Amino acid sequence: MDAQVLARWQFGITTVYHFFFVPVTLGTAWIVAILETRWRRTGDIQWLRMTKFFAKLFLINFAAGVATGIVQEFQFGMNWSEYSRFVGDVFGVPLALEALIAFFFESTFIGLWIFGWDKLGPRTHNLMMYFVALGSTLSAAFILAANCFMQNPVGATYNNGRAELIDFGELFTNPFFLVTFPHQIGAGLMAGGSLLVGIAGWKLAQAAKESTDHPDADVLRRTARMGAWTLLAATLVVFGSGHAQAQVEAEFQPMKLAASEGLIETTNAAGFSIVGIFTQQRNAEGITEVHEVFSWEVPYVLSFLAFNDPNAEVKGIADLTNEYLTSGYQNVNGETTRLQKEFVSELDTLGVDPVPNVMMSYYSFRLMIGLGSLAALGGLAMLWVTRKGGAPKANKVWRIGLGVLPFLPVLGNSFGWILTEMGRQPWVVYGVLPTWMAVSPNVSAGEVLASMAAFGLVYGIIAVIVLKLFFVHAAKDLPEVTEPTLDKHPDAPISFAY
Amino acid sequence: MSHETLITIWFLLEAVLWIGFFFLEGFDFGVAMLYPVIGRDPRERRVMINAIGPTWDANEVWLIAAGGAMFAAFPGWYSALFAGLYLPLLLVLLGLIVRAISFEYRALMPDDNWRDSFDWCSTIGSLIVSLVFGVGFANMWIGMPMAGDPAYVTSSFWSLFSPFGLLGGILAVALFMVHGAVFLSLKTSGEVREKANRVVKALGPVALLLLVAFIVIGNIAYPASDNPFLGDGATMAMWITGVVCVVALGFAVVMHNRQDPWRREGLAFLGTGAAIIALFASHFIKMYGTLGFAPAPGTEFNAGVAASSQATLSLMSMAALVIMPIVLACTAWSYTVFRRRLSVRNMPPEPSEAAEVLAKS
Repeated sequence: MDAQVLARWQFGITTVYHFFFVPVTLGTAWIVAILETRWRRTGDIQWLRMTKFFAKLFLINFAAGVATGIVQEFQFGMNWSEYSRFVGDVFGVPLALEALIAFFFESTFIGLWIFGWDKLGPRTHNLMMYFVALGSTLSAAFILAANCFMQNPVGATYNNGRAELIDFGELFTNPFFLVTFPHQIGAGLMAGGSLLVGIAGWKLAQAAKESTDHPDADVLRRTARMGAWTLLAATLVVFGSGHAQAQVEAEFQPMKLAASEGLIETTNAAGFSIVGIFTQQRNAEGITEVHEVFSWEVPYVLSFLAFNDPNAEVKGIADLTNEYLTSGYQNVNGETTRLQKEFVSELDTLGVDPVPNVMMSYYSFRLMIGLGSLAALGGLAMLWVTRKGGAPKANKVWRIGLGVLPFLPVLGNSFGWILTEMGRQPWVVYGVLPTWMAVSPNVSAGEVLASMAAFGLVYGIIAVIVLKLFFVHAAKDLPEVTEPTLDKHPDAPISFAY
Repeated sequence: MSHETLITIWFLLEAVLWIGFFFLEGFDFGVAMLYPVIGRDPRERRVMINAIGPTWDANEVWLIAAGGAMFAAFPGWYSALFAGLYLPLLLVLLGLIVRAISFEYRALMPDDNWRDSFDWCSTIGSLIVSLVFGVGFANMWIGMPMAGDPAYVTSSFWSLFSPFGLLGGILAVALFMVHGAVFLSLKTSGEVREKANRVVKALGPVALLLLVAFIVIGNIAYPASDNPFLGDGATMAMWITGVVCVVALGFAVVMHNRQDPWRREGLAFLGTGAAIIALFASHFIKMYGTLGFAPAPGTEFNAGVAASSQATLSLMSMAALVIMPIVLACTAWSYTVFRRRLSVRNMPPEPSEAAEVLAKS
């Protein structure tokens, strides 16, 4: 394998791995802050116990997210130095601001929150966790603005052999950003909500199995319901913004949409394929041709999803390929961004094959929707069973279902990003820079392989440790706590220690 | 502001972020490297870790900020440096990952082996990162050979470990250890503080000797006059920063090693801090314009080529002007909140002890 293929695998592996922790942080930071507020408002110590219980799980996840996140910041320069050189003027800005604003916020205030129980008043202490949540949300905004520039390069011009920034504001009014930001925040809250439903519910189901009344049944039930409402509200946001995202895709990345549907020929009143198998191979000119082995479709649904009109025409892979080969990249209205227009002459001789991996796009799309919907059903089931003071049942379906639930939105997030990133191939900057031109020219395949082996080993060990810690601490009872008090004797034990 | 002025400002800001990182995370690295020396007793080691516990993560963000700001302000520098030092940076990443995990997870299981393994990981991680950064910056002082268009570093991994490179690495390790020990004596009381005092006494003169050697060899073998972007005053400026860092470290050692009523731990900490600031200021003076590279004849690479456009640098300058004071204020507040000295008496029961108590009841 050459360095480029290895570098892509490495980016995929390290990023998906890092992203197991990101949605949980995004959602759970807000939830822990709200749990603490419930304690402050009600004065009920049960909510403080719940806060500390979920804070421990949050911190296990947060630490892994921080540790694996450093790689992301370095990796662009190490493996993708030509990409970095080409887009740094634009893409580097949100990345730098993410570090300067969001990471400083998160890291300073998480330290104050973890160690500050006996140092800060309850209000200030609680505020720290809201700041952490705000910091992670801001971090998402910056990194999504950067990613959406790769999807649709707005606000930039081609100058000095690179992309240069002309309007920073456009990164945040990018149609991709406007739909992706709520989609990601919603997906994070789905992960946080599922964590509450899964763990609180599992404890209740476990007690039911042992035919005992859980001593904390009341607060567990209320927590599970809070999680379920969060999960369902977040699902609505995710579905709504996901629908909007499909329409933005239909307009700006019709090839990604066609690939994620396995739609080969341009079709009116296009159906949504439920199951399909597609094959693809390169022809003599080096251009990919896609064939459908079979595809079961529900009529009209795709046209509606893409254009809000059951009879609309949706372009297929074959036509989009021809269109690209004759007139280059353009969106569905025949328009391009300034950077795309100015760079187009550079692409003439490169012979870009515009078709992404269809099976990968197709199935990651379906897995994303399937896993997300399954999680939402879990939330509905929890609301139903806990109405009028009920609790999850002792049977296997409930216990396994609740045990699996926290992982569903996380995996759904991963597949969503696999679709987003693999569906836009062969581009690293859509319609501008092909991925193979972005790689570091001086880094050998051996070096990438060495780093991949090292990351693989370390990440593998961390995965075992994180899962072990997660299960051990999730299975524990709610901790016994005392009301925090300020400024104790200088010899008194500190409220928290590593 | 003109493009040239903005480029100079951002070169200075890069220097500030890197130096801020070495000043702050320097003592975190030092503390973790000193576990096997000061922290052989697990309860005392726990005091050391929790002395840096609330703030190490924010300190590390200075590195992320330095990298991110380099990406935005000098994409050419970021690309050439990160791809050029591929394997050293891989070591840094692995060290930082292992270290971050170790702080957070060490006390999460009631198992002393679990805890001790993680502590060894953070010691080794901190050692690797300090060593590699020291070696890397010494090589930037020399100027790393590069060629091609676009220009890339041409030297191999092993050639980084020249005698001067190794000296830089060992110096960084020793300096951070002394900085960390002084921090501990300022931030703890009881046994840990006394042991930290002894470390400063033993290690301080060694670090001072290494520092003198580095400054003298650096300024004679690889003088400022190698750098075409530096004027006549630069030789003087580099000698002055060099002398300042030696004097600052000497001052720190003297202030720290005086007998107890006259010991000045606060002044000593300012001294080791000033030494780190002046040492890396010297590095950055040497790197002015060249950014720490020595392009082959015909290869064009310098701060101007590597920098972002005027529009991006202006925007980033305004952002930095607003953000940096807030960051510094939050950092200062956080250190004030956790200003109290810690000792073993302040440590809650170890997870293994707590589990025993629970099992008995």
